Amino acid sequence: MISYPQIKTVGLSGLLVTFAEKMSSPANRAALAFRAAVVAADWPEVRETSMSLVSVYVVADLVSEDIPKLISKLEGLLAQTDWYAAPLPKGRTLWHVPTVYGTDLAPQLAEAAELAGVDPDTAIQQLSTTRMRVLTIGFAPGQPYMGELGENWNIPRQQDLTKSVPAGALVAAIRQLVVFTAPTPTGWRHVGQTAFHNFRQKAQQPFALTPGDELLFPQVSRQTLQDIMATDASGNGGAERETLP
Amino acid sequence: MSGHLIIHTAGPGSSVQDMGRAGFLAYGLTRGGAADQIALHEAAALLGQSPTHAAIEMVGVGGTFESSVDTVIALTGAEMSASIDGSAVVWHASHSLPKGAKLKIGGVLKGTYGYLSVAGGIDTPQIMGARSTHFKAGIGSVLEPGQTLPLGAATTQRPGFLIAASDRFAGGDIRIVPSVQTDQFSPETLTRFAQTTFRRDARGNRQGVRMDAETDGFFVDGGLSIVSEVITEGDIQVTGDGAPYVLMCECQTTGGYPRIGTVLPCDLARVAQAPVGAPLRFRFVTVDEAREVEIKSRAEIKALAGRAKPLVRDPHDISDLLSYQLVSGAVSATTDPFAE
Repeated sequence: MISYPQIKTVGLSGLLVTFAEKMSSPANRAALAFRAAVVAADWPEVRETSMSLVSVYVVADLVSEDIPKLISKLEGLLAQTDWYAAPLPKGRTLWHVPTVYGTDLAPQLAEAAELAGVDPDTAIQQLSTTRMRVLTIGFAPGQPYMGELGENWNIPRQQDLTKSVPAGALVAAIRQLVVFTAPTPTGWRHVGQTAFHNFRQKAQQPFALTPGDELLFPQVSRQTLQDIMATDASGNGGAERETLP
Repeated sequence: MSGHLIIHTAGPGSSVQDMGRAGFLAYGLTRGGAADQIALHEAAALLGQSPTHAAIEMVGVGGTFESSVDTVIALTGAEMSASIDGSAVVWHASHSLPKGAKLKIGGVLKGTYGYLSVAGGIDTPQIMGARSTHFKAGIGSVLEPGQTLPLGAATTQRPGFLIAASDRFAGGDIRIVPSVQTDQFSPETLTRFAQTTFRRDARGNRQGVRMDAETDGFFVDGGLSIVSEVITEGDIQVTGDGAPYVLMCECQTTGGYPRIGTVLPCDLARVAQAPVGAPLRFRFVTVDEAREVEIKSRAEIKALAGRAKPLVRDPHDISDLLSYQLVSGAVSATTDPFAE
Protein backbone atom coordinates (compact mmCIF):
# COMPACT_ATOMS: atom_id res chain seq x y z
CA MET A 1 0.00 0.00 0.00
CA ILE A 2 1.55 3.26 -1.12
CA SER A 3 0.69 6.33 0.91
CA TYR A 4 0.19 9.75 -0.65
CA PRO A 5 1.36 12.38 -1.23
CA GLN A 6 4.66 10.98 -2.44
CA ILE A 7 7.75 12.70 -3.82
CA LYS A 8 9.96 11.20 -6.53
CA THR A 9 12.80 12.49 -8.67
CA VAL A 10 12.13 12.98 -12.39
CA GLY A 11 15.48 12.21 -13.98
CA LEU A 12 17.76 15.10 -13.04
CA SER A 13 15.18 17.71 -13.99
CA GLY A 14 13.03 18.00 -10.90
CA LEU A 15 10.69 16.42 -8.38
CA LEU A 16 7.19 15.06 -8.79
CA VAL A 17 4.71 15.39 -5.92
CA THR A 18 1.84 12.95 -6.48
CA PHE A 19 -1.39 13.22 -4.49
CA ALA A 20 -3.21 10.04 -5.53
CA GLU A 21 -2.99 6.93 -7.66
CA LYS A 22 -6.05 7.87 -9.72
CA MET A 23 -7.89 10.98 -10.84
CA SER A 24 -10.21 12.35 -8.18
CA SER A 25 -11.52 15.82 -7.56
CA PRO A 26 -9.88 16.19 -4.09
CA ALA A 27 -6.50 15.06 -5.47
CA ASN A 28 -6.81 17.43 -8.43
CA ARG A 29 -7.68 20.32 -6.11
CA ALA A 30 -4.75 19.36 -3.89
CA ALA A 31 -2.39 19.50 -6.89
CA LEU A 32 -3.84 22.84 -7.98
CA ALA A 33 -3.52 24.39 -4.53
CA PHE A 34 -0.10 22.91 -3.83
CA ARG A 35 1.30 24.16 -7.13
CA ALA A 36 0.00 27.65 -6.30
CA ALA A 37 1.74 27.40 -2.91
CA VAL A 38 5.05 26.37 -4.49
CA VAL A 39 4.78 29.31 -6.91
CA ALA A 40 4.00 31.67 -4.02
CA ALA A 41 6.94 30.33 -1.98
CA ASP A 42 9.19 31.61 -4.77
CA TRP A 43 12.16 29.40 -3.85
CA PRO A 44 15.25 30.39 -5.83
CA GLU A 45 16.04 26.80 -6.87
CA VAL A 46 12.63 26.25 -8.47
CA ARG A 47 12.81 27.07 -12.19
CA GLU A 48 9.21 26.37 -13.10
CA THR A 49 6.27 24.24 -12.04
CA SER A 50 3.46 22.42 -13.77
CA MET A 51 0.60 20.18 -12.78
CA SER A 52 -1.04 17.18 -14.34
CA LEU A 53 -4.28 15.62 -13.10
CA VAL A 54 -3.15 14.66 -9.57
CA SER A 55 0.52 15.67 -9.39
CA VAL A 56 2.79 18.69 -9.33
CA TYR A 57 6.12 18.82 -11.14
CA VAL A 58 8.72 21.08 -9.52
CA VAL A 59 11.53 21.83 -11.96
CA ALA A 60 14.94 22.30 -10.35
CA ASP A 61 18.49 21.51 -11.40
CA LEU A 62 19.07 18.28 -9.48
CA VAL A 63 22.71 18.31 -10.59
CA SER A 64 23.59 21.42 -8.62
CA GLU A 65 20.86 21.43 -5.95
CA ASP A 66 20.87 19.50 -2.68
CA ILE A 67 18.10 16.96 -3.44
CA PRO A 68 17.30 15.84 0.14
CA LYS A 69 17.11 19.48 1.20
CA LEU A 70 14.64 20.31 -1.58
CA ILE A 71 12.57 17.23 -0.72
CA SER A 72 12.39 18.27 2.92
CA LYS A 73 11.33 21.78 1.90
CA LEU A 74 8.50 20.26 -0.13
CA GLU A 75 7.60 17.96 2.77
CA GLY A 76 7.48 20.97 5.06
CA LEU A 77 5.07 22.71 2.72
CA LEU A 78 2.98 19.55 2.36
CA ALA A 79 2.67 19.33 6.15
CA GLN A 80 1.35 22.87 6.48
CA THR A 81 -2.24 22.13 5.57
CA ASP A 82 -4.65 19.47 4.33
CA TRP A 83 -4.15 20.03 0.62
CA TYR A 84 -7.04 17.71 -0.32
CA ALA A 85 -9.38 20.16 1.43
CA ALA A 86 -7.66 23.34 0.24
CA PRO A 87 -9.85 25.98 -1.37
CA LEU A 88 -9.47 26.73 -5.06
CA PRO A 89 -6.94 29.48 -5.78
CA LYS A 90 -8.03 33.10 -6.15
CA GLY A 91 -8.22 34.98 -9.42
CA ARG A 92 -9.72 32.25 -11.57
CA THR A 93 -11.73 33.01 -14.70
CA LEU A 94 -15.09 31.65 -15.84
CA TRP A 95 -15.43 31.50 -19.62
CA HIS A 96 -18.70 31.23 -21.57
CA VAL A 97 -17.71 29.64 -24.89
CA PRO A 98 -20.32 29.62 -27.69
CA THR A 99 -20.66 26.06 -28.98
CA VAL A 100 -22.51 24.30 -31.77
CA TYR A 101 -23.67 20.84 -30.69
CA GLY A 102 -24.15 18.16 -33.31
CA THR A 103 -24.73 19.02 -37.00
CA ASP A 104 -21.99 18.21 -39.49
CA LEU A 105 -19.68 20.42 -37.39
CA ALA A 106 -19.73 17.92 -34.48
CA PRO A 107 -21.00 14.65 -35.93
CA GLN A 108 -20.63 12.36 -32.90
CA LEU A 109 -23.11 14.07 -30.57
CA ALA A 110 -25.90 11.50 -31.13
CA GLU A 111 -23.53 8.57 -30.65
CA ALA A 112 -22.12 10.08 -27.43
CA ALA A 113 -25.63 10.84 -26.12
CA GLU A 114 -26.64 7.22 -26.66
CA LEU A 115 -23.59 6.01 -24.71
CA ALA A 116 -24.50 8.49 -21.97
CA GLY A 117 -28.00 7.01 -21.91
CA VAL A 118 -29.87 10.19 -22.86
CA ASP A 119 -31.52 11.61 -25.98
CA PRO A 120 -29.56 14.23 -27.95
CA ASP A 121 -31.52 17.18 -26.56
CA THR A 122 -30.90 16.07 -22.97
CA ALA A 123 -27.22 15.53 -23.84
CA ILE A 124 -26.96 19.09 -25.17
CA GLN A 125 -28.74 20.39 -22.07
CA GLN A 126 -26.27 18.55 -19.81
CA LEU A 127 -23.15 19.46 -21.79
CA SER A 128 -24.10 23.12 -22.14
CA THR A 129 -24.96 23.75 -18.48
CA THR A 130 -22.35 21.79 -16.53
CA ARG A 131 -19.64 24.07 -15.26
CA MET A 132 -16.33 22.41 -16.14
CA ARG A 133 -13.03 23.12 -14.35
CA VAL A 134 -9.65 22.96 -16.10
CA LEU A 135 -8.04 19.95 -14.36
CA THR A 136 -4.79 20.21 -16.24
CA ILE A 137 -3.28 21.61 -19.43
CA GLY A 138 -1.26 19.35 -21.64
CA PHE A 139 -0.80 17.21 -24.74
CA ALA A 140 -0.75 20.34 -26.90
CA PRO A 141 -0.01 23.97 -25.99
CA GLY A 142 -2.77 25.46 -23.86
CA GLN A 143 -5.06 22.44 -24.28
CA PRO A 144 -7.40 21.97 -21.29
CA TYR A 145 -8.63 18.73 -19.79
CA MET A 146 -11.85 19.64 -18.03
CA GLY A 147 -13.97 17.86 -15.42
CA GLU A 148 -16.27 16.72 -14.47
CA LEU A 149 -19.51 15.73 -16.19
CA GLY A 150 -22.23 13.67 -14.47
CA GLU A 151 -21.77 9.92 -13.92
CA ASN A 152 -23.69 9.05 -17.10
CA TRP A 153 -20.88 10.67 -19.09
CA ASN A 154 -18.32 8.12 -17.93
CA ILE A 155 -18.17 6.96 -21.55
CA PRO A 156 -15.10 5.15 -22.88
CA ARG A 157 -12.88 6.31 -25.68
CA GLN A 158 -13.87 4.80 -29.02
CA GLN A 159 -11.77 1.84 -30.15
CA ASP A 160 -10.73 3.31 -33.47
CA LEU A 161 -9.25 6.76 -33.76
CA THR A 162 -11.06 9.48 -35.67
CA LYS A 163 -8.50 10.52 -38.25
CA SER A 164 -8.71 14.17 -37.36
CA VAL A 165 -11.06 16.61 -35.67
CA PRO A 166 -10.53 20.36 -36.19
CA ALA A 167 -9.02 22.90 -33.81
CA GLY A 168 -11.69 24.14 -31.40
CA ALA A 169 -13.44 20.75 -31.35
CA LEU A 170 -15.18 19.96 -28.05
CA VAL A 171 -14.71 16.25 -27.36
CA ALA A 172 -15.95 14.01 -24.56
CA ALA A 173 -14.82 10.84 -22.75
CA ILE A 174 -14.49 9.56 -19.15
CA ARG A 175 -16.59 12.42 -17.66
CA GLN A 176 -14.14 14.95 -19.15
CA LEU A 177 -14.22 17.45 -21.98
CA VAL A 178 -11.30 18.75 -24.04
CA VAL A 179 -11.13 21.65 -26.50
CA PHE A 180 -8.44 20.78 -29.03
CA THR A 181 -5.68 23.27 -29.75
CA ALA A 182 -4.93 21.95 -33.24
CA PRO A 183 -6.36 19.38 -35.66
CA THR A 184 -5.89 16.08 -33.84
CA PRO A 185 -6.54 12.37 -34.36
CA THR A 186 -8.53 11.21 -31.34
CA GLY A 187 -10.48 8.43 -29.69
CA TRP A 188 -12.64 10.97 -27.85
CA ARG A 189 -16.06 11.76 -29.37
CA HIS A 190 -16.63 15.04 -31.18
CA VAL A 191 -19.79 16.48 -29.57
CA GLY A 192 -19.41 20.22 -30.12
CA GLN A 193 -17.52 22.79 -32.12
CA THR A 194 -16.18 26.11 -30.83
CA ALA A 195 -14.11 28.92 -32.33
CA PHE A 196 -12.04 29.18 -29.15
CA HIS A 197 -8.24 29.24 -29.55
CA ASN A 198 -6.34 27.75 -26.60
CA PHE A 199 -2.98 28.93 -27.94
CA ARG A 200 -2.27 32.31 -29.53
CA GLN A 201 1.45 32.22 -30.09
CA LYS A 202 1.89 35.85 -31.14
CA ALA A 203 -0.31 37.36 -28.42
CA GLN A 204 1.02 39.01 -25.29
CA GLN A 205 -0.74 36.29 -23.32
CA PRO A 206 -0.33 33.19 -25.55
CA PHE A 207 -2.39 30.85 -23.38
CA ALA A 208 -6.06 31.55 -22.76
CA LEU A 209 -6.58 29.12 -19.89
CA THR A 210 -4.91 28.23 -16.60
CA PRO A 211 -5.58 25.12 -14.49
CA GLY A 212 -8.44 25.95 -12.14
CA ASP A 213 -10.29 28.18 -14.63
CA GLU A 214 -13.87 27.19 -15.31
CA LEU A 215 -15.82 27.00 -18.55
CA LEU A 216 -19.41 26.79 -19.74
CA PHE A 217 -20.27 25.84 -23.30
CA PRO A 218 -23.65 27.50 -24.08
CA GLN A 219 -25.35 26.35 -27.27
CA VAL A 220 -25.46 28.66 -30.30
CA SER A 221 -26.69 28.11 -33.84
CA ARG A 222 -24.44 26.97 -36.63
CA GLN A 223 -24.92 30.39 -38.28
CA THR A 224 -23.87 32.26 -35.13
CA LEU A 225 -20.67 30.25 -34.82
CA GLN A 226 -19.87 30.73 -38.49
CA ASP A 227 -20.33 34.47 -38.11
CA ILE A 228 -17.97 34.41 -35.12
CA MET A 229 -15.40 32.37 -37.05
CA ALA A 230 -15.57 34.84 -39.94
CA THR A 231 -15.08 37.93 -37.80
CA ASP A 232 -13.23 37.06 -34.58
CA ALA A 233 -9.58 38.02 -34.56
CA SER A 234 -9.04 37.82 -30.81
CA GLY A 235 -9.03 34.03 -30.55
CA ASN A 236 -11.80 34.13 -27.96
CA GLY A 237 -14.31 32.74 -30.44
CA GLY A 238 -17.06 34.96 -29.08
CA ALA A 239 -16.44 33.82 -25.50
CA GLU A 240 -17.24 36.10 -22.61
CA ARG A 241 -15.21 35.96 -19.43
CA GLU A 242 -15.86 36.82 -15.83
CA THR A 243 -13.57 36.78 -12.84
CA LEU A 244 -14.53 34.26 -10.19
CA PRO A 245 -14.52 35.49 -6.59
CA MET B 1 27.15 44.26 -40.10
CA SER B 2 23.91 42.52 -40.83
CA GLY B 3 22.25 41.14 -43.89
CA HIS B 4 20.31 38.05 -44.73
CA LEU B 5 20.78 34.42 -45.58
CA ILE B 6 19.06 33.22 -48.72
CA ILE B 7 17.74 29.66 -48.72
CA HIS B 8 18.05 28.31 -52.27
CA THR B 9 17.24 24.74 -51.25
CA ALA B 10 16.93 23.02 -47.90
CA GLY B 11 16.32 19.45 -46.76
CA PRO B 12 12.75 18.64 -45.73
CA GLY B 13 13.38 18.78 -41.96
CA SER B 14 15.44 21.99 -41.91
CA SER B 15 14.44 24.64 -39.39
CA VAL B 16 15.69 27.53 -37.29
CA GLN B 17 16.66 26.39 -33.78
CA ASP B 18 18.17 27.90 -30.67
CA MET B 19 18.15 26.77 -27.03
CA GLY B 20 14.34 26.66 -26.97
CA ARG B 21 11.68 28.04 -24.64
CA ALA B 22 11.71 27.41 -20.91
CA GLY B 23 8.90 28.32 -18.58
CA PHE B 24 5.85 27.05 -20.46
CA LEU B 25 5.54 23.47 -19.21
CA ALA B 26 2.48 24.41 -17.16
CA TYR B 27 0.81 25.38 -20.43
CA GLY B 28 1.63 22.20 -22.29
CA LEU B 29 4.66 23.45 -24.23
CA THR B 30 8.03 21.71 -23.92
CA ARG B 31 11.32 23.49 -24.36
CA GLY B 32 12.08 22.36 -27.92
CA GLY B 33 15.23 23.94 -29.36
CA ALA B 34 18.16 22.28 -31.09
CA ALA B 35 18.06 18.47 -30.95
CA ASP B 36 21.84 18.52 -30.32
CA GLN B 37 22.54 21.52 -28.11
CA ILE B 38 26.24 20.66 -27.84
CA ALA B 39 26.50 21.53 -31.54
CA LEU B 40 25.29 25.07 -30.80
CA HIS B 41 27.93 25.41 -28.07
CA GLU B 42 30.60 24.20 -30.50
CA ALA B 43 29.43 26.71 -33.11
CA ALA B 44 29.55 29.47 -30.51
CA ALA B 45 33.10 28.47 -29.61
CA LEU B 46 34.14 28.55 -33.27
CA LEU B 47 32.50 31.89 -33.98
CA GLY B 48 33.42 33.46 -30.65
CA GLN B 49 29.86 34.35 -29.79
CA SER B 50 27.08 33.35 -27.42
CA PRO B 51 25.54 29.87 -27.72
CA THR B 52 22.10 31.47 -27.51
CA HIS B 53 22.28 32.55 -31.17
CA ALA B 54 19.87 30.74 -33.49
CA ALA B 55 21.18 28.43 -36.23
CA ILE B 56 19.81 26.23 -38.98
CA GLU B 57 19.23 22.62 -38.01
CA MET B 58 19.43 20.17 -40.93
CA VAL B 59 18.16 16.60 -40.67
CA GLY B 60 20.15 14.17 -42.80
CA VAL B 61 20.23 16.51 -45.81
CA GLY B 62 21.69 20.02 -46.09
CA GLY B 63 20.86 22.60 -48.73
CA THR B 64 22.20 25.52 -50.73
CA PHE B 65 22.64 28.85 -48.99
CA GLU B 66 23.93 32.33 -49.85
CA SER B 67 24.58 35.43 -47.80
CA SER B 68 23.77 39.01 -48.87
CA VAL B 69 26.89 40.21 -47.01
CA ASP B 70 30.41 38.95 -46.28
CA THR B 71 30.07 36.80 -43.21
CA VAL B 72 31.50 33.84 -41.34
CA ILE B 73 29.77 30.51 -40.83
CA ALA B 74 30.32 27.53 -38.57
CA LEU B 75 29.39 23.94 -39.43
CA THR B 76 28.79 21.64 -36.48
CA GLY B 77 26.84 18.59 -35.39
CA ALA B 78 26.37 15.65 -37.77
CA GLU B 79 29.12 15.73 -40.36
CA MET B 80 27.88 16.57 -43.85
CA SER B 81 29.73 17.21 -47.10
CA ALA B 82 30.09 20.94 -47.71
CA SER B 83 31.55 23.31 -50.28
CA ILE B 84 31.77 27.05 -50.86
CA ASP B 85 31.70 28.01 -54.55
CA GLY B 86 32.76 24.47 -55.36
CA SER B 87 35.72 24.25 -52.96
CA ALA B 88 35.26 21.62 -50.29
CA VAL B 89 35.33 22.93 -46.72
CA VAL B 90 35.85 20.93 -43.55
CA TRP B 91 33.12 20.27 -40.98
CA HIS B 92 33.40 21.21 -37.26
CA ALA B 93 34.99 24.47 -38.42
CA SER B 94 34.32 28.11 -39.23
CA HIS B 95 34.75 29.56 -42.73
CA SER B 96 34.42 32.87 -44.53
CA LEU B 97 31.29 33.03 -46.63
CA PRO B 98 31.75 35.96 -49.02
CA LYS B 99 28.68 37.83 -50.24
CA GLY B 100 27.07 35.93 -53.12
CA ALA B 101 29.11 32.74 -52.68
CA LYS B 102 27.15 29.49 -52.82
CA LEU B 103 27.39 27.32 -49.74
CA LYS B 104 26.34 23.80 -50.62
CA ILE B 105 25.74 21.29 -47.87
CA GLY B 106 25.12 17.73 -48.99
CA GLY B 107 23.99 14.55 -47.28
CA VAL B 108 24.98 13.43 -43.84
CA LEU B 109 28.16 11.38 -43.49
CA LYS B 110 28.07 10.72 -39.75
CA GLY B 111 25.17 11.40 -37.37
CA THR B 112 21.70 12.84 -37.95
CA TYR B 113 21.42 16.57 -37.12
CA GLY B 114 23.85 19.04 -38.75
CA TYR B 115 23.99 22.76 -37.90
CA LEU B 116 24.77 25.84 -39.97
CA SER B 117 25.52 28.80 -37.71
CA VAL B 118 26.28 32.33 -38.85
CA ALA B 119 28.20 35.14 -37.16
CA GLY B 120 25.56 37.22 -35.39
CA GLY B 121 23.04 34.40 -35.52
CA ILE B 122 19.78 34.02 -37.41
CA ASP B 123 17.73 37.03 -36.33
CA THR B 124 14.15 36.00 -37.04
CA PRO B 125 11.56 37.51 -34.68
CA GLN B 126 11.30 35.88 -31.29
CA ILE B 127 8.06 34.11 -30.48
CA MET B 128 7.57 33.62 -26.74
CA GLY B 129 11.18 34.41 -26.06
CA ALA B 130 12.88 32.17 -28.62
CA ARG B 131 13.44 31.74 -32.35
CA SER B 132 13.15 27.96 -32.30
CA THR B 133 10.73 26.23 -34.58
CA HIS B 134 8.56 23.89 -32.48
CA PHE B 135 6.90 21.61 -35.03
CA LYS B 136 4.61 19.87 -32.56
CA ALA B 137 3.30 23.16 -31.20
CA GLY B 138 2.96 24.73 -34.64
CA ILE B 139 5.50 27.49 -33.91
CA GLY B 140 7.53 28.33 -37.02
CA SER B 141 7.86 25.98 -39.97
CA VAL B 142 10.33 24.18 -42.21
CA LEU B 143 12.66 26.26 -44.36
CA GLU B 144 11.43 26.84 -47.92
CA PRO B 145 13.38 27.60 -51.09
CA GLY B 146 13.44 31.33 -51.74
CA GLN B 147 13.04 32.22 -48.09
CA THR B 148 15.43 34.81 -46.64
CA LEU B 149 16.45 34.86 -43.00
CA PRO B 150 17.71 38.06 -41.36
CA LEU B 151 21.16 37.90 -39.77
CA GLY B 152 22.05 39.56 -36.49
CA ALA B 153 24.90 42.03 -36.18
CA ALA B 154 28.11 40.04 -35.87
CA THR B 155 30.39 41.09 -33.05
CA THR B 156 33.34 38.95 -34.13
CA GLN B 157 34.65 37.50 -37.39
CA ARG B 158 36.54 34.27 -36.85
CA PRO B 159 36.93 32.20 -40.00
CA GLY B 160 39.43 29.36 -40.10
CA PHE B 161 38.84 27.81 -36.69
CA LEU B 162 38.43 24.11 -36.02
CA ILE B 163 37.05 22.27 -33.00
CA ALA B 164 37.35 18.62 -32.04
CA ALA B 165 33.72 17.50 -31.75
CA SER B 166 32.83 15.15 -28.94
CA ASP B 167 32.20 11.61 -30.15
CA ARG B 168 28.42 11.33 -30.35
CA PHE B 169 27.53 10.37 -33.91
CA ALA B 170 27.46 6.57 -33.90
CA GLY B 171 25.34 5.46 -30.95
CA GLY B 172 27.07 3.67 -28.07
CA ASP B 173 26.52 3.49 -24.33
CA ILE B 174 23.86 5.74 -22.87
CA ARG B 175 23.72 6.38 -19.13
CA ILE B 176 20.30 6.45 -17.50
CA VAL B 177 18.90 7.03 -14.03
CA PRO B 178 15.80 5.33 -12.62
CA SER B 179 12.56 7.10 -13.49
CA VAL B 180 9.16 7.39 -11.85
CA GLN B 181 8.01 3.85 -12.80
CA THR B 182 11.36 2.02 -12.97
CA ASP B 183 10.65 0.02 -9.81
CA GLN B 184 7.40 -1.28 -11.29
CA PHE B 185 9.35 -3.30 -13.90
CA SER B 186 10.57 -6.68 -12.65
CA PRO B 187 14.29 -7.04 -11.85
CA GLU B 188 14.53 -9.59 -14.71
CA THR B 189 13.03 -7.11 -17.17
CA LEU B 190 15.39 -4.35 -16.01
CA THR B 191 18.40 -6.68 -16.33
CA ARG B 192 17.34 -7.76 -19.82
CA PHE B 193 16.83 -4.08 -20.77
CA ALA B 194 20.35 -3.20 -19.63
CA GLN B 195 21.84 -6.20 -21.49
CA THR B 196 20.07 -5.54 -24.79
CA THR B 197 21.81 -3.85 -27.68
CA PHE B 198 19.15 -1.71 -29.37
CA ARG B 199 19.24 -0.24 -32.85
CA ARG B 200 17.91 3.18 -33.59
CA ASP B 201 14.68 2.60 -35.49
CA ALA B 202 13.80 4.65 -38.59
CA ARG B 203 10.85 5.92 -36.54
CA GLY B 204 12.48 8.87 -34.84
CA ASN B 205 12.10 12.63 -34.87
CA ARG B 206 12.30 15.65 -32.59
CA GLN B 207 9.52 14.19 -30.42
CA GLY B 208 11.01 10.78 -29.78
CA VAL B 209 13.24 8.03 -31.08
CA ARG B 210 12.10 4.39 -31.15
CA MET B 211 14.53 1.66 -30.12
CA ASP B 212 14.43 -1.62 -31.97
CA ALA B 213 15.71 -4.94 -30.61
CA GLU B 214 15.59 -8.65 -31.37
CA THR B 215 13.93 -9.45 -28.07
CA ASP B 216 10.54 -9.48 -26.37
CA GLY B 217 8.95 -6.22 -25.35
CA PHE B 218 9.68 -4.67 -21.96
CA PHE B 219 6.37 -4.85 -20.16
CA VAL B 220 5.42 -3.96 -16.63
CA ASP B 221 4.33 -7.12 -14.78
CA GLY B 222 0.60 -7.45 -14.29
CA GLY B 223 -0.20 -4.48 -16.50
CA LEU B 224 -0.30 -0.93 -15.30
CA SER B 225 -2.63 1.97 -15.69
CA ILE B 226 -0.88 5.20 -14.92
CA VAL B 227 -2.81 8.38 -14.44
CA SER B 228 -1.44 10.83 -16.98
CA GLU B 229 1.49 12.77 -15.48
CA VAL B 230 4.53 14.77 -16.43
CA ILE B 231 7.00 13.37 -18.96
CA THR B 232 10.33 14.97 -19.77
CA GLU B 233 13.01 15.01 -22.43
CA GLY B 234 15.24 11.96 -21.93
CA ASP B 235 12.53 9.75 -20.45
CA ILE B 236 12.39 6.25 -21.94
CA GLN B 237 8.71 5.43 -22.40
CA VAL B 238 7.63 1.88 -23.09
CA THR B 239 4.60 2.03 -25.35
CA GLY B 240 1.90 -0.57 -25.96
CA ASP B 241 4.06 -2.85 -28.13
CA GLY B 242 6.82 -3.01 -25.49
CA ALA B 243 9.36 -1.01 -27.49
CA PRO B 244 11.22 1.80 -25.71
CA TYR B 245 11.02 5.34 -27.04
CA VAL B 246 13.50 7.96 -25.88
CA LEU B 247 11.63 11.25 -25.61
CA MET B 248 13.31 14.17 -27.33
CA CYS B 249 13.10 17.96 -27.14
CA GLU B 250 9.62 18.30 -28.67
CA CYS B 251 7.92 15.59 -26.59
CA GLN B 252 4.52 16.21 -25.06
CA THR B 253 4.37 17.50 -21.50
CA THR B 254 2.24 14.69 -20.09
CA GLY B 255 1.83 11.02 -20.87
CA GLY B 256 0.48 7.78 -19.53
CA TYR B 257 3.02 5.12 -20.59
CA PRO B 258 5.42 3.66 -18.01
CA ARG B 259 8.97 4.97 -18.12
CA ILE B 260 11.78 2.54 -17.53
CA GLY B 261 14.50 5.18 -17.05
CA THR B 262 15.70 8.65 -17.99
CA VAL B 263 18.72 9.45 -20.16
CA LEU B 264 21.30 11.78 -18.62
CA PRO B 265 21.15 15.21 -20.28
CA CYS B 266 24.79 14.92 -21.37
CA ASP B 267 24.08 11.65 -23.24
CA LEU B 268 20.93 12.84 -24.97
CA ALA B 269 22.76 14.37 -27.95
CA ARG B 270 24.24 10.92 -28.58
CA VAL B 271 20.73 9.47 -28.83
CA ALA B 272 19.60 12.32 -31.10
CA GLN B 273 22.62 11.93 -33.38
CA ALA B 274 22.58 8.11 -33.59
CA PRO B 275 21.92 7.25 -37.25
CA VAL B 276 19.22 4.71 -38.13
CA GLY B 277 20.57 1.27 -37.26
CA ALA B 278 23.27 2.51 -34.88
CA PRO B 279 23.68 0.37 -31.74
CA LEU B 280 22.64 1.84 -28.41
CA ARG B 281 22.89 0.29 -24.95
CA PHE B 282 21.34 1.73 -21.80
CA ARG B 283 23.26 1.55 -18.53
CA PHE B 284 21.72 2.44 -15.17
CA VAL B 285 23.75 4.71 -12.91
CA THR B 286 22.74 6.09 -9.52
CA VAL B 287 21.58 9.66 -9.14
CA ASP B 288 24.86 10.45 -7.34
CA GLU B 289 26.97 9.04 -10.20
CA ALA B 290 24.75 10.89 -12.69
CA ARG B 291 25.36 14.16 -10.90
CA GLU B 292 29.14 13.68 -11.07
CA VAL B 293 29.01 12.79 -14.76
CA GLU B 294 26.80 15.78 -15.52
CA ILE B 295 29.02 18.22 -13.59
CA LYS B 296 32.01 17.02 -15.60
CA SER B 297 30.11 17.35 -18.86
CA ARG B 298 29.00 20.89 -18.05
CA ALA B 299 32.58 21.84 -17.29
CA GLU B 300 33.60 20.46 -20.70
CA ILE B 301 30.94 22.55 -22.42
CA LYS B 302 32.11 25.64 -20.56
CA ALA B 303 35.66 24.90 -21.69
CA LEU B 304 34.66 24.60 -25.36
CA ALA B 305 35.08 28.34 -25.83
CA GLY B 306 38.82 27.95 -25.34
CA ARG B 307 39.14 24.81 -27.44
CA ALA B 308 38.59 26.20 -30.93
CA LYS B 309 41.96 26.10 -32.73
CA PRO B 310 43.08 27.73 -35.96
CA LEU B 311 42.60 25.43 -38.91
CA VAL B 312 46.05 24.35 -40.03
CA ARG B 313 46.33 25.05 -43.74
CA ASP B 314 49.19 25.40 -46.13
CA PRO B 315 49.75 29.17 -46.36
CA HIS B 316 50.23 28.81 -50.13
CA ASP B 317 46.57 27.76 -50.36
CA ILE B 318 45.42 30.93 -48.69
CA SER B 319 45.32 33.70 -51.22
CA ASP B 320 44.28 36.37 -48.74
CA LEU B 321 46.41 35.23 -45.83
CA LEU B 322 47.23 38.73 -44.66
CA SER B 323 43.58 39.55 -44.23
CA TYR B 324 43.14 36.83 -41.62
CA GLN B 325 42.76 38.00 -38.08
CA LEU B 326 43.44 34.86 -36.13
CA VAL B 327 43.58 36.20 -32.61
CA SER B 328 40.66 38.53 -32.25
CA GLY B 329 37.36 37.65 -30.75
CA ALA B 330 38.57 35.11 -28.21
CA VAL B 331 35.85 34.68 -25.64
CA SER B 332 36.24 34.12 -21.98
CA ALA B 333 36.67 30.51 -20.97
CA THR B 334 34.95 31.39 -17.73
CA THR B 335 31.75 32.51 -19.40
CA ASP B 336 29.03 30.28 -18.04
CA PRO B 337 26.81 29.10 -20.89
CA PHE B 338 24.22 27.94 -18.37
CA ALA B 339 23.80 31.34 -16.81
CA GLU B 340 20.39 32.81 -17.52
